[in-house]
Amino acid sequence: MRIDSMFLKPPETADAVTVEVEGRPVVVPRGASAAAAALIAGLASTRASPVTGEPRAPYCMMGACFECLLVIDDEPSQQGCLVTVRPGMRIRRQEGAREL
Amino acid sequence: MREADAIVVGGGLHGCSAALQLALRGRRVVVLERRHVGRHASGINAGGVRTLGRDLAEVPLSVLGMAHWHGIRELVGDDCGFTACRQVKVAETPAELSALERRAQAVRRLGYDHERVVDAHELRRLVPAVAGHCVGALVADGDGAADPYRTTHAFAARARAAGAQVVEGAAVTGLDWRHGAWVVATTAGTWRAGAVVNAAGAWAGRLAALAGDDFPLTTRASMMIVTERMPPFVVPVVSAAGRALSFKQSASGTVIIGGGQQGRADLDREQAWVNVSNLARSAQAAAALFPAMREARVVRAWCGIEAQTPDRLPVIGHSTRAPGLVHVFGFSGHGFQLGPVCGLAVADLVLAGGTALPVAPFSPARFAAAAAA
Amino acid sequence: MKRDFDFVVVGGGPAGLAAAVQARSLGLSVALVDEQPAPGGQIYRAVERAEAEGRAAALGADYRDGLALVRAFRDCGAVHFASRQVWQVEPEGRVFATDGRESIVLRGSRILVAVGALERPVPIRGWTLPGVMTVGAAQVLHKSIGLLPSPGVWIAGSGPLVLHFAAEVVAAGGRLAGILDTARGGLPEAAIANAAGMLRGWRYLARGLGYLAALRQADVRRVTGVEAVEAVGEGRIARVRWRVNGAWNEAPAEGLLLHEGVIPSTHMTFALGCAHDWDDAQRCFRPRTDDFGATDVEAILVAGDCGGIGGARVAECQGRLAAIGAATALGRLPVPERERLARPAREALARHRAIRGFLDALYAPPPELLAPPDDVIVCRCESITAGRIREAVALGCRGPNQVKSFTRCGMGPCQGRLCGPTVTGTIAAELGVPPAQAGAFRVRPPLKPVRLGELAALAEPGEGA
Repeated sequence: MRIDSMFLKPPETADAVTVEVEGRPVVVPRGASAAAAALIAGLASTRASPVTGEPRAPYCMMGACFECLLVIDDEPSQQGCLVTVRPGMRIRRQEGAREL
Repeated sequence: MREADAIVVGGGLHGCSAALQLALRGRRVVVLERRHVGRHASGINAGGVRTLGRDLAEVPLSVLGMAHWHGIRELVGDDCGFTACRQVKVAETPAELSALERRAQAVRRLGYDHERVVDAHELRRLVPAVAGHCVGALVADGDGAADPYRTTHAFAARARAAGAQVVEGAAVTGLDWRHGAWVVATTAGTWRAGAVVNAAGAWAGRLAALAGDDFPLTTRASMMIVTERMPPFVVPVVSAAGRALSFKQSASGTVIIGGGQQGRADLDREQAWVNVSNLARSAQAAAALFPAMREARVVRAWCGIEAQTPDRLPVIGHSTRAPGLVHVFGFSGHGFQLGPVCGLAVADLVLAGGTALPVAPFSPARFAAAAAA
Repeated sequence: MKRDFDFVVVGGGPAGLAAAVQARSLGLSVALVDEQPAPGGQIYRAVERAEAEGRAAALGADYRDGLALVRAFRDCGAVHFASRQVWQVEPEGRVFATDGRESIVLRGSRILVAVGALERPVPIRGWTLPGVMTVGAAQVLHKSIGLLPSPGVWIAGSGPLVLHFAAEVVAAGGRLAGILDTARGGLPEAAIANAAGMLRGWRYLARGLGYLAALRQADVRRVTGVEAVEAVGEGRIARVRWRVNGAWNEAPAEGLLLHEGVIPSTHMTFALGCAHDWDDAQRCFRPRTDDFGATDVEAILVAGDCGGIGGARVAECQGRLAAIGAATALGRLPVPERERLARPAREALARHRAIRGFLDALYAPPPELLAPPDDVIVCRCESITAGRIREAVALGCRGPNQVKSFTRCGMGPCQGRLCGPTVTGTIAAELGVPPAQAGAFRVRPPLKPVRLGELAALAEPGEGA
């Protein structure tokens, strides 16, 4: 699932936050969005299309495309680019249609 | 000026169904639609195909109509997305369940047995996801749901194939009885025919007024909600005895929530506006019956606009004053299921002046009498 | 907490911030609702934070200029509702905004829609592959948390942001695989040379030349005259392909950043029922407004890029004008006073707009983007291709709303934001009619998906169970 990120390792800051992406700890800058954390973690894709099952990943990072839907702290269908990380936040891929 | 045997005003389900039946009987028929087929309530309603819980006056027609849905492919060459997935009206309290039992008895007294009362155990077998407090339900096993847009288009397509002309972008601007025939002026030309069918939905009152008929109509703007796609979890269409709710999951997994909460209609602008305060009540009703739905995301809400009569029964029949004018409108939010059978009734009325189908309770005369009194 | 205001501003970019500051100075009570945690919009995103961390200067003087506006806003006395998404605005002035768990309802005598722009969707083969993002997306990551793309990432497209962002990456010590320049209006160099008459827009032009020089110096590969781009890969982009003079080339790619300019974010104004016009120069719809940003819906005003692309400076002027106009409409500013106050903003507006027509012509999107080949996905949410749209047109659909009903195109969670322009363009091309005649999607609430339970919580107490 993991590949090398298409982004360089983020600059180190004193107030960096550790979150959990697909169960693995990832250090991200304070103020990062959950979608940014997934990108930093190098997830090859962040969700599967509920229509075709194809892998998808964040596209616009501005709240328009809804490609970055993630399961955040067990709550599905969250727009990852609009959720700011908190220490210990659990971020998971969203597989197809959300669960009930 | 173009000639026809009958002009149908309104390219909704009722207009297209009437046109189909007239065309099948060899008549030259033209449908005049202001925008496009299925633009308003016909194309965007919740798609419930329901005999369950109808006004007793509607039961005979509705039950006859159900046979057409079960043979819908033979009728229009497409299954219209129809599935006989059942309709279930849930009781949340013993008092509600008693009321449903009395209702089922009333239906049986009319000689019909399509509604049955089930207990909590059977309810949970039919609808495993329903909230734990629900005590039973009224069930119609032959009921179901269809895709309203696809249905309306299937009727339009079959009507065309049978020889009807369906003209989109033709807004009626004038309706005159001249030398023994109706002359209908539109933004796309003028037509002349001996008979006119008023199937103009929310705007039917305005069309009737052009012919001198006055109906005490209001406009419904029933709101609907659709959620994101969910895994399959409910099969029947679910309603509630004590709440305004209809709830169903579509084949794509989205959940469609309706039930008649009202938005605001603007007939002049041909638009309708969602009212969030009322919409919240639909959401509340859905969440009460399906608590897990609280976390589901609402993707879209919209309104379908339609004419409503004071007694909430449709207007089907000849104008009491204008010759050759047949009204079919005012379904007050529950006309979709009646679409196929009403086409037959309207064709009878146009061609024979009367029909054997049970539409007597819907005579336009009931309002003429009220106005005269 | 106070929920009723004279003026409710939706959007915390330059237009919204300037409007809030101006409205406060005229004595109006003001609320500003914004998706982001801090004021600034996309252009001045996280500018306070970047300044505090000493990164703002490297992001450019124009970026840092936003600080003054953000600080003025912080001091102006407007109530700031941050990290809240507006999911419904009613023509009568109610604004519903969620923080993801709970919604608040604000009421404004006047509402300013200042929701900015979005990047024009770039429907090419492979654009749904992971690893394909927009240039704007990468810039958000850079501005907000200092993230830089890997050296194996390509940029493809045209528009001011392409060179700006590439130069930004280089200035921050990053590298890029290269730039595939799809500009058709002539190469930027040529256009700049031909633009001697555009003296009033000299700042923009000088900046463009500066970027090019910086990129040359950093040895960033730049391919011009690119006619088409495709992303290729299994489950993730692996290679990028491009066509020049009819011949295809390809190279490995760790990522691909796309950009073909920006278009107004019209979702909110369409949902409100405001009248819109097709802007042929910018190839997009925009709301119809008067000089003060007033729309044909009485309570609703528009400022900034969501009313037509003009950039940050133009947005700021429009924000001020909208606040001035609203104050007059609310009977709080006599007309002669309004005219006196409006004059400087109007003059600045004219100055900043001077370059626009030139940029629009230079960076006009290629026609294939508005009407892509049959196999290209147009609607990302529902995976609907251009071919499916053409089939629907062949079946008699005459506009986007019929296509939507036939195909589900535009019915997903993005509500047609990413497919709307392409659906309009494809239908128009197919029917041979102007885009204005093909029309746009009707936009339905909620503007952002909202939890059913959250919606239910808005029912009046005592209703239902």
